[in-house]
Amino acid sequence: MSANHDGANLLEVRGLTKIFGTLTACDHIDLNIAKGEIHALLGENGAGKSTLVKMLFGSLEPNSGEIFWNGQAVRITSPGAAKKLGIGMVFQHFSLFEALTAAENIALSLDDGSPISSIAAKARALSYSYGLPLDPDSLVGDLSVGERQRIEIIRCLLQTPQLIILDEPTSVLTPQEADKLFETLERLRSEGKSILYISHRLEEVKRICDRATVLRHGKVVGHCNPREETAASLARMMVGNEVQAVVRAPVEGIETAQPLLEVRGLTRKPATPFSIPLKNISLNVRAGEVIGIAGVAGNGQGEFFESVSGEVLQQDVASVRIRGKDAGGLTITGRRLLGAAFVPEERLGHGAAPRMKLSENLLLSRHATDGKAFVGTGGMVKSGAIYAASQRIIEAMDVRKSAPDPEAAALSGGNLQKFIVGRELDRRPSVMVVNQPTWGVDAGAAAHIRQALIELSRSGSAVLVISQDLDELFEISDAIAVMHNGELSKPMPIAEATFEKVGLLMGGAEPGHAEHTLETA
Amino acid sequence: MMRLELVKRPQRSALFSALSPFIAFALTIIAGAILFALLGVNPLTAFRIYFIEPISQVWQLHELAIKAAPLILIAVGLSVCYKANIWNIGAEGQFIFGAIFGSAIPVLFPQFEGPLVLPLMLLLGMVGGAAYAAIPAFLKTRFNTNEILTSLMLVYVAQLFLDWLVRGPWRDPQGHGFPQTIQFGDSAVLPELMPDAGRANWGFVFALVAAVLIWILMGRMLKGFEVRVLGSSPRAGRFAGFGLSRMVFFAFLLSGALAGLAGISEVSGAIGQLQPVISPGYGFTAIIVAFLGRLNPLGIIAAGLVLALTYLGGEAVQSALGISDKVARVFQGMLLFFVLGCDTLIHYRIRLIGLALTKQEGAAKLDAAPKLKEAR
Repeated sequence: MSANHDGANLLEVRGLTKIFGTLTACDHIDLNIAKGEIHALLGENGAGKSTLVKMLFGSLEPNSGEIFWNGQAVRITSPGAAKKLGIGMVFQHFSLFEALTAAENIALSLDDGSPISSIAAKARALSYSYGLPLDPDSLVGDLSVGERQRIEIIRCLLQTPQLIILDEPTSVLTPQEADKLFETLERLRSEGKSILYISHRLEEVKRICDRATVLRHGKVVGHCNPREETAASLARMMVGNEVQAVVRAPVEGIETAQPLLEVRGLTRKPATPFSIPLKNISLNVRAGEVIGIAGVAGNGQGEFFESVSGEVLQQDVASVRIRGKDAGGLTITGRRLLGAAFVPEERLGHGAAPRMKLSENLLLSRHATDGKAFVGTGGMVKSGAIYAASQRIIEAMDVRKSAPDPEAAALSGGNLQKFIVGRELDRRPSVMVVNQPTWGVDAGAAAHIRQALIELSRSGSAVLVISQDLDELFEISDAIAVMHNGELSKPMPIAEATFEKVGLLMGGAEPGHAEHTLETA
Repeated sequence: MMRLELVKRPQRSALFSALSPFIAFALTIIAGAILFALLGVNPLTAFRIYFIEPISQVWQLHELAIKAAPLILIAVGLSVCYKANIWNIGAEGQFIFGAIFGSAIPVLFPQFEGPLVLPLMLLLGMVGGAAYAAIPAFLKTRFNTNEILTSLMLVYVAQLFLDWLVRGPWRDPQGHGFPQTIQFGDSAVLPELMPDAGRANWGFVFALVAAVLIWILMGRMLKGFEVRVLGSSPRAGRFAGFGLSRMVFFAFLLSGALAGLAGISEVSGAIGQLQPVISPGYGFTAIIVAFLGRLNPLGIIAAGLVLALTYLGGEAVQSALGISDKVARVFQGMLLFFVLGCDTLIHYRIRLIGLALTKQEGAAKLDAAPKLKEAR
């Protein structure tokens, strides 16, 4: 191990660790990047990828561990220091001024006082030589997302980095733009530059990366050659193979059961340049069944959840129906009053207000549905009643906490998630929509939540679970649909579903979408 | 080369959260002592004149109540805004418009007398303040304008509008050309609480009642919960089904109405007519009161009394020591500065990062690295 600092590797990372409070975001990470390779960093959301690259780029300081650059131990204390070493980064979210031209934006980041005209000329030359045509005099505000990314890449290349870190670069690109990008990356590799390519799109990684490091829960779980792996084997490395004892009794005669949640031709334009449009999504969830929606993050799941929950209203009121009633025009409160309950992906700040007590957080989603029980005459909150109800939920879900009624932020992620799920289950909702029910939750709590969702469905409710965790979906779903690029496939009965089939749909490799021909740009 | 960085504390100290206003007050006193010393005045004498003498007699306590009433009324309204993360900086303008609306009755219908006059004036005052506050609320919800700027700019509009009114259409024809309206009739004057003891009027009672009501609203009612949720986590508020636009209007209308009530109470109580200037900056000082009171209506009562004292003390040092009464503004400014400073340090700690130091550490790392390798 000690012999390997002689320059074969451009970057070596040994035992890099970053701790936030009680969470070890990166736990003794080892990583080698050779000269002239494209190295993939794979992992689910929350696996520690972002924390790791922030440490490599100097925006976070590691608690312990070492970084070797060309065999020399270095400390990267700031992004400026990283640039000086020769590390460049292209962020997932761009930092460009829309009112300035491309060249002006580049000049701002170079900060070396060279005149705009010479920067523009250099940028133009560089952009054409790398097949990323760019007009330096165009206003950023007029450019497409793909063109904006080119500015970021050119800006990075102008500093002649040895290592280029790309964070989810294709998440904002069309397939054609992505192809162009891959050509550029291969060109850079042939020039001996190294690239750290962060992604969870397995097919891409297989296509362009020479080696891969897989992270899970902040730890390196493996190094591999992605070309020798299958998408499924890579996915298994990312997700892990923990087995939980969740019991799912088969349901009988589900075909004749009444649909409690109906989504009909749900379409939504992108609200921001980075959000995904929803394209003609249709889905029925019947009483007594759990439907799972699989998909790689950022394929429209968040937008879909907002639309179904009523945080965003629909023009077509019939595009979301709850218990046979049009709900597209109802707010989240209106939909809750129809019997629906929702658990969003983000716990702190979305599903719960961090600085408020659990009892107050109970009121958050139930002030209208349980108005009589929790709110008295004149709008006075019955603090005794909400306290008692929150204690009931804490008991039922086995929420571990340090104080009788702590602030939401004081709970661990898993325990808060149990409370948030329990808060909705306690209502016995007839429709339950959950986005990432066990994201970042430890195995025991996850099994508890999954079992509770199954039991809710078996008692006659319709349960819709959106998750990136395929194992979880296979465990609890009666049928699995896949969301890709804002479209939803037909639900596949669990008996017919395999990891491979679902994985292919997740990657968008095979059409298989019922409405695929209707796709619009 | 040194760099300062604010690092969020994992835990807020409950003790220091409670102590923070007192620490801020102590720091203000220290800075004030330096200020007085630089002005060539013995700080102890100055403090006695500034803080003790203005409240040493009963009638002076009444004056304190007169000054504190508008501050408390406005500040409790602002506390609701600020809890909702809505930044109404224009209470001064809403105060003035409340005064103008309420004064319309005694100025335009001086012959209208009776027990109905005063309640109607107060009501109109609240309507006026709320209506004026509705402008930045509308602009924010409709066009997403920054309410800090619009509400602040509307203060100057209100001040100039009042100035024009009392010099133009509403000027007292028998007033020898002075820019002021007629003196209000008896039924348009807010009665004094204890006429024998001092001038304090019902405005102070309004302030105390408003503070208690807002305290109940914020701590015990669903609406107050809505304010707190939307202010602290807007996304969770949306998930709860609370509307942000509705909240912007609620907070602006409520704080505007209370500022308007303060305005009409001031004019019909302490002043008795409209003049070009009816407020020594109550609307702005109330911002300090709100924060010094930790946005808690009961704390605001105490903070209102403290800030009222800075006004009285400013007047006192001017007459006794010949120091400009602008010193009151300086005290108010220092107080806000120290309050916000203390609050920041409760949430964050300061880390000094010396660049020279990091280089040394880097070198130490380089030295240590080979040893580590050997150890493996």
